[in-house]
Amino acid sequence: MLSRIQVPSAARRGEIIPIRIAIQHPMETGYRPDHFGRRIPKNVINSLVCRYNGLEVFRAEMGSGIAANPLLQFYVVAADSGEFVFAWEDDSGQRGSERAAITVSD
Amino acid sequence: MGIRCHAVALLFVLALGPGAIAADQAAPAPRSGIAFASADIRALQLDDFANPGMLWVARGGKLWSAATGRSNRSCVNCHGDAASSMKGVAARYPGVDAATSELLNLEGRINRCRKDQQAAEPLAYESEDLLALTAYVAHQSRGQPLQVSVDAVARPYFARGREIYYRRQGQMNLACTHCHEQNVGRKLLADTISEGHGNAYPIYRLEWQSAGSLHRRLRACYFGVRAEMPAAGSAELLDLELYLAWRASGLPVETPGVRR
Repeated sequence: MLSRIQVPSAARRGEIIPIRIAIQHPMETGYRPDHFGRRIPKNVINSLVCRYNGLEVFRAEMGSGIAANPLLQFYVVAADSGEFVFAWEDDSGQRGSERAAITVSD
Repeated sequence: MGIRCHAVALLFVLALGPGAIAADQAAPAPRSGIAFASADIRALQLDDFANPGMLWVARGGKLWSAATGRSNRSCVNCHGDAASSMKGVAARYPGVDAATSELLNLEGRINRCRKDQQAAEPLAYESEDLLALTAYVAHQSRGQPLQVSVDAVARPYFARGREIYYRRQGQMNLACTHCHEQNVGRKLLADTISEGHGNAYPIYRLEWQSAGSLHRRLRACYFGVRAEMPAAGSAELLDLELYLAWRASGLPVETPGVRR
């Protein structure tokens, strides 16, 4: 599962920083038939979690209303230098992950 | 005086007919399709992270350095860093292959390289991998003005492409020109009709929920006028692609574009 993340490499302590993640995924709704009229099974990224130095700072539970190739953006207060770790899973059981380091200065 | 000049010029064009339009003079200032898109689509295309087409570019970047085929060679083995070796290349395609005198677009060139240099199976047209590689290669030319050659060897392809552009077809009995030259800026259902330039392909189209090739988009136009759709990668669409690229001369490559 191809993905891209955007995390500032450096920030000041207490700064509010934007975090973005884009994942290449069909987000199949489960409502569409294929060319032979068979229902294409639902397959969406049902859960995505972001941890900042082990602490869960963002969680998304997505359904069939989310478009393909989702782009998620949220804001975090820069507390300490460390790492953002993303992990997600779709209905077919496929998992993906991304990580990015940040340096926080006073 | 101004109006009279225009009237005379119009009569002149009408008298010559579309087939006689000066062959080496593209429209004076072509406008890219993005100029007809809504503000949110424009913002999405301009944001290199949010632009979903960049996912295909990123995938293409991985494929660029992945060894493949019986040769076990990657694109890097011959071309090195795409940022320098592929810069400006997409602006010159489609072009005639010197060895075979065949007209090749970027997709065709990539598959030719796979066959001749990598001893690999060709990638299916519209497959994720071919779209990704094409998007990655074209992206290296972003900002470069389109400048295809329509000289001696390319001439027959170009002439056929122009003939297709002005040929009425399908149950609707429409040619490309009827929408993309004669009704530019007007509405077709909820869409604004653009000049129909291909300078941003492969594009991410929200309707497709995916990236797609110029040929996929052209097939959608054939479908729209209820004509028989040529296969993606077919000679007819390649000829048309060359004519379209010439028509868009000077427009910067925008790959990956975003459209509704």
